[in-house]
Amino acid sequence: MANLREIRKRISSVKSTQQITKAMKMVAAAKLRRAQENILAFRPYAYELRSLIADLSAKVEDQTQVPLMTRRPVKKVLLVVVTADRGLCGAFNSNIVRHAAERINDYPEAEVELFMVGRKGLEFFQHRHVTINGQKINFFNDLAFGDALDLSETILRIYQEQNFDRVEFIYNEFKSAIQQNVIVEQFLPFVPDEEAEKSKEQVDFIYEPDKISILNAVIPKHLHVQVWRILLESNAAEQGARMTAMENATDNAEEMIHDLTIYYNRTRQASITTEISEIVSGAEALKES
Amino acid sequence: MATELTIQIVTPFGQIFTGEVASCSLPGVEGHFQVLPFHADLVSLLEIGPIKLQLKDNSEKWLASSGGYCEVKDNQLKVIVESAEFAEKIDLKRAQAALKRAQERLKSHDKNIDITRAKMALARALNRIKVAQLSQSLH
Repeated sequence: MANLREIRKRISSVKSTQQITKAMKMVAAAKLRRAQENILAFRPYAYELRSLIADLSAKVEDQTQVPLMTRRPVKKVLLVVVTADRGLCGAFNSNIVRHAAERINDYPEAEVELFMVGRKGLEFFQHRHVTINGQKINFFNDLAFGDALDLSETILRIYQEQNFDRVEFIYNEFKSAIQQNVIVEQFLPFVPDEEAEKSKEQVDFIYEPDKISILNAVIPKHLHVQVWRILLESNAAEQGARMTAMENATDNAEEMIHDLTIYYNRTRQASITTEISEIVSGAEALKES
Repeated sequence: MATELTIQIVTPFGQIFTGEVASCSLPGVEGHFQVLPFHADLVSLLEIGPIKLQLKDNSEKWLASSGGYCEVKDNQLKVIVESAEFAEKIDLKRAQAALKRAQERLKSHDKNIDITRAKMALARALNRIKVAQLSQSLH
């Protein structure tokens, strides 16, 4: 039987762990709310850009003049893998890493390189036989639009200067606090929205400068917004996953404390009983003599 | 069709202004231009520069904006830009610090520095300072 002091020590250590997981859950919940606010705030902007691009790309006949839309045979692929900077968020990171590893095998003919966003993914792939083209880590803590801009410009530069034929993002989409979906999304070459295209209006706008120049100027802006959206989604999903994981951990700790307390009381009573019976039998022995 | 010109200024951080205005001056890539009610339908790219709103009570509002585009249709003016700040909200000290940083970057001959980006940052900082000072001198 374990001695009482050890059980007491165990209970207090579980209690302090529970305090930590509880605090982490609260922090994650607050961060999740902020991430969701950001997502809501940028939606109108993204919507306007998307409809302008859909409208313009429907009106521009010669798409070869828009380099970012030109499709080529896929020989070189860049996978941008978005994980979190930190762990303790359930299967969030391992899901992404697994999908990324599978995705590499989807291109047996092509040369695949990775771009790692988030420290956890980088730590995983560093020791594997893959080419890591670039990385952006340790920024999710104070995520700002500037980060998205920076990442988006870096990827555009890599795409143009190193002759990649396709860029894909792999990230967690925020469904709800308890559910995340892994999404594989083509980023480049840029494909305009099919649905928005249907709503094209027959209005004769004056275009200043011409349509193609506008399209070429607006597509990078749209891509920045897409990266911002992906980072926000991933961040929201991460906080949601952490919130759930920490809630489970807090519940488990609660259960453990309960079991340990019962065990502690039983042990205490058992020792008291033993002591009493020892005293009684001692007294009996004295009486008899 | 509405007879008043309504304007909407949208950035990635949300819609920062909406309402009826008398006119609006914008920094187009082919030169500054003004939009009055019943302007022809237009899509134009915008550069880094000041936006001036002439409100209905004839007061003026200035914003520092960093590039994007605008769309005019049926007396609706949508200004879609990456950032827009009202002159009175501009932090002059921060803008000056950004200006200094950008200038230092352009001066140093470090190969890791992206010249186009530094130049853009410089233009944005200059624009913010200009707009902030302009609105101060008006008041």
